[in-house]
Amino acid sequence: MSSKDTAPSIHIRRSPLGRARGLGAAKAGSHHWWVQRLSAVALLPLVLYFIVSVLMLKGADHAAMAAYMAEPWNTVLFIALIAALFSHLDQGMQVVLEDYIRTDSTRLTVLMLVKAVIALLALASLISVLKLAFS
Amino acid sequence: MKDVREALMVGRNTEGKLVRRPISPFMLGSAYQFQMSSATSILHRITGVGLGLGTLLFTAWLVAAAAGDSAFSLVQALLASWVGLFVLFCFTLSLFYHFCNGIRHLAWDVGKGFELPAMHRNGALVIAATIILTVAFWVIAFLIG
Repeated sequence: MSSKDTAPSIHIRRSPLGRARGLGAAKAGSHHWWVQRLSAVALLPLVLYFIVSVLMLKGADHAAMAAYMAEPWNTVLFIALIAALFSHLDQGMQVVLEDYIRTDSTRLTVLMLVKAVIALLALASLISVLKLAFS
Repeated sequence: MKDVREALMVGRNTEGKLVRRPISPFMLGSAYQFQMSSATSILHRITGVGLGLGTLLFTAWLVAAAAGDSAFSLVQALLASWVGLFVLFCFTLSLFYHFCNGIRHLAWDVGKGFELPAMHRNGALVIAATIILTVAFWVIAFLIG
């Protein structure tokens, strides 16, 4: 008996084309997983920057806050923070909701509502930073 | 019984009587003991959702600043109140935990620190770093007055 006959093997019930595409049941492959890591890595330096900003703006009045956000580097970094933060939140909340809500209709409804709220929060934050930066 | 998963959890006891077997989260405390793996994992989710709620504060802070002087003064005063400081304390604790444990997750993604003894060590390290960073943040916050 050759080693080929006794070697353990797994049987994947998927067509060769399906395996080559590697997209799985959700038809998106590992895309969601990958963008969640990307936003996580982006947030490592941005969160440290945010913590320093919060300490610098502790007890700040409106003029100090406006002056801080009007600095080009602060504008850019806050916009980058908002982009990374809200996309990471969107990706994370999607995973949590998909795990815990079993009924299809409830899951889709809650997912859409949560995604809408996150998108609106992101836009409100972004526009606020831009308004502070350009006024 | 709603689906296959629950149907598979039905068994017979030694007397042949049908019993519904417990499913994992509800075994916490009775059959499950504390484990570094499960505790740090669920804390990552809890702090993640908590930080999601915390972004409401983040957005309120920025929108108030864009709205003008009176709105921003109000938000700054609310954040500096005892309730505000308590919420901010929970926020920083969650943020530092999610930050540190996130690094742990990224390390796992590249195959580092996944052995059981290493996983227990870096789990304890994450908890220690969370406490140290949170305390350091608040000490600095009060020192700069």
